[in-house]
Amino acid sequence: MPVTLLVEDGISIQPSCYSRLVNKWYCADYLKDRHGDLTSALTQHLQITAWSLVLGIVIAFPLALLARRLPRLQGLVLGTSTMLYTIPSLALFPLLVPFTGITEKTVVIGLALYALTILVRSMLAGLTGVPEEVRESARGLGYGRLRLLVRVELPLALPVIMAGIRVATVSTVALTTVGTLVSYGGLGDLIRDGVQNDFKAELLAASVLCVVLAVVLDAVVVGIQWLVTPWTHGRGRAA
Amino acid sequence: MRNVRDAWDYLTTGANWGGSEGMWHLLLQQLLLSVTAMLVAMAIGLTLALWLGHLGRAGFLAVNVTNIGRAVPTFALLAILVTLDHPGTAVFGPYGRAGLATLIALALFALPPIFTNAYVAMREIPDAVKESATGMGMTGSQRFWRVELPLGMPLVVSGLRLALVQVWATATIAALVAGPGLGTLITAGFYRTDYPKGIAAALVVAVVAFVLEVGGALAERAVDPNRKGTAMRTTPKGGRTPEHVGT
Repeated sequence: MPVTLLVEDGISIQPSCYSRLVNKWYCADYLKDRHGDLTSALTQHLQITAWSLVLGIVIAFPLALLARRLPRLQGLVLGTSTMLYTIPSLALFPLLVPFTGITEKTVVIGLALYALTILVRSMLAGLTGVPEEVRESARGLGYGRLRLLVRVELPLALPVIMAGIRVATVSTVALTTVGTLVSYGGLGDLIRDGVQNDFKAELLAASVLCVVLAVVLDAVVVGIQWLVTPWTHGRGRAA
Repeated sequence: MRNVRDAWDYLTTGANWGGSEGMWHLLLQQLLLSVTAMLVAMAIGLTLALWLGHLGRAGFLAVNVTNIGRAVPTFALLAILVTLDHPGTAVFGPYGRAGLATLIALALFALPPIFTNAYVAMREIPDAVKESATGMGMTGSQRFWRVELPLGMPLVVSGLRLALVQVWATATIAALVAGPGLGTLITAGFYRTDYPKGIAAALVVAVVAFVLEVGGALAERAVDPNRKGTAMRTTPKGGRTPEHVGT
């Protein structure tokens, strides 16, 4: 009996691979023991990204429509959004704090502004890319303005718009990490903690998860595009 | 709103600008860092892209380099570079704390827009123009220096502008992981609940970003051969690509 005890003790003394003594970059024990941390950070990351994108799309669409109707406004909209895009994210969040405080809102609004820049451009490019003949024939068939937009222009513009949404999605996932400045950075909070405490397993796990999330969401957007543009694939190809 | 007024007070207090911890010093440090990173990225990216574009090879690189660069979070890559056990994490001369690690990361982030735009600039020159240059008896290198490079210049410079603005932004983020520059004031202000200081520094960073962007746009117009009189009137459809190509 004493012998077994010794052996058991020997095992329990072994430090885990994420203890300060070992501090490995990859550590399965960390993933197992702290998966709660990772899931909650991932959930927050996903939430912030999703809200920013929804907010960006909801604002970008009417802006793009307006800019198309009024060519004067087009330069203003594009110019303003380009200027917004040049502000570094670490500087944009502090500038929003006086209005939104240290809340999740600061990050969501900041990221939505960046997404907006990409989205307005792609929506405008997609809508103006619709050939004039197509518009005219639709009008000739008696299509009103709204029906023309929903049934003809949007479907034709969709590939360009979706390309913009893909770019916005991937860059929003990456930028969410900077939200850690106001302590709402999703996986970015873990990355910051990993750097400050020299906790390598945490740092690498959060970074890899972040890239994986970007790739997965990109695939999701491609999937959505596939679903909403059935005419680009499938049986109708011969036509 | 009180924070805004306090931030203004911080900006207008001369003492906050001077000294080794002052804003002038940190601003110059960040500019030096950004410019050095740009030069390194240009030496590698521009040379490679112009050469490959001139030869018309390795087009897949131009597309993929940009896409990969976008998916990797700046912050994560910076964090890993700083935590790696390599000599770059110490103070590095005028570049300040963790200067070398930041420099490497910045140069990496400047590469995609520089490479993609320079490559596309070379590829978008119409075959007819290249053929006429050859027909006039130009050698390969003459054609590159006298025809392809001047025509592609606006797009090349637009890539440099995108890269510079991105490098400036990334240099700010570097402060989240022990990097040098003005970002340190932002992070210090927020972690120690001295918000006016953080907001003031953010304002300076944003203003410099505007100046860099506008300067880049002016440089882009200055190198456009189509603007100088009638010499290049017949230039074929322009080599403009959408603004967001490289960001």
